[in-house]
Amino acid sequence: MAYTLPNVLVTTDWVAQHGTDVGVRVVEVDVDTTAYDQGHVPGAAGWNWTTDLCDTVVRDIVPMGKLEDLLGRTGIDNKTAIVLYGDNNNWFAAWAFWQLKMYGHEDVRIMDGGRKKWLAEGRELTTDKPSFTRATYKASGPDLSLRAFLPEVQQASQKKSASLVDVRSPQEFTGEILAPPGLPETCQRGGHIPGAKSIPWAKACNDDGTFKGFDDLKALYGAQGVTADKPVIAYCRIGERSSHTWFVLKYLLGFDNVKNYDGSWTEWGNLVGAPVEKP
Amino acid sequence: MKAEEYSRRETVLAGWPIAIETYRVGDTYHCTISNVDPGARFARADGLTREDAERLALEKAERHLGQTRRFR
Repeated sequence: MAYTLPNVLVTTDWVAQHGTDVGVRVVEVDVDTTAYDQGHVPGAAGWNWTTDLCDTVVRDIVPMGKLEDLLGRTGIDNKTAIVLYGDNNNWFAAWAFWQLKMYGHEDVRIMDGGRKKWLAEGRELTTDKPSFTRATYKASGPDLSLRAFLPEVQQASQKKSASLVDVRSPQEFTGEILAPPGLPETCQRGGHIPGAKSIPWAKACNDDGTFKGFDDLKALYGAQGVTADKPVIAYCRIGERSSHTWFVLKYLLGFDNVKNYDGSWTEWGNLVGAPVEKP
Repeated sequence: MKAEEYSRRETVLAGWPIAIETYRVGDTYHCTISNVDPGARFARADGLTREDAERLALEKAERHLGQTRRFR
């Protein structure tokens, strides 16, 4: 069976052929913010998730005005097809996708396999940074039906009103570690939100970084009782891995009611008195 | 230009499974180190040879991994 909304994915072949077409803008968003400078898809813009895709004063998503400015100087108007890709199997490409959808952009796509697949295929790279004619962008929203805040997550945990999906690694889920190996610890306690199911984000991907097919994805989440008939809230540590899973559930499997809890474990695991479950 | 001599392999460093991804662009080798699970990049280095890039990246990675605590 095909993905519910297959148009949100493009292949590396498609990007090679259409990445510089009029009306298309390719954008790289990496965990490693220096990766873009090493070489990127020709014509691609580079967005830094730590400065461009968040509020740098308050912990929050990018403010609307700041996003409008970012899109405008990237030469993107409301009709542009934005094609996102990045490292770590598109973690922060999905983070950008989620925010663009919150602010109402219609045509956003992800390059399946991301930077890893582009490199592995030996495709063309450039270190040239393109310049764009400034465009006018008008955002809408934000659409908060795509985002979960703490009170809703607390209610979901207590009343089982939504399926909570913890997409971190099993070692983070059990509390054996507080952050992925090699990264700074950013919470005070380890474990998971009571009632959450452990379905690591990577289980949705093939070895080459592309997404698994519809049937495999449906079976993956269905096996843990995560189905379209009940609201779903995905979380991780800071909200980027869970935006990847949110993308899978919302666009590839077509779940209506899926939210990303971007507060994630760095919020819950630092709350005084918050219940924590450990296997 | 293109990424050439691309390679990815997994090993264990300081008790943690890691992935080493290396490729050459022009005259420079780029190496990045990720944890295998969950797959996050946490160290990188460049060099004029593959060996230099990987050695430097692995040195950084080992320092970072040394600060990861296990709670059992």
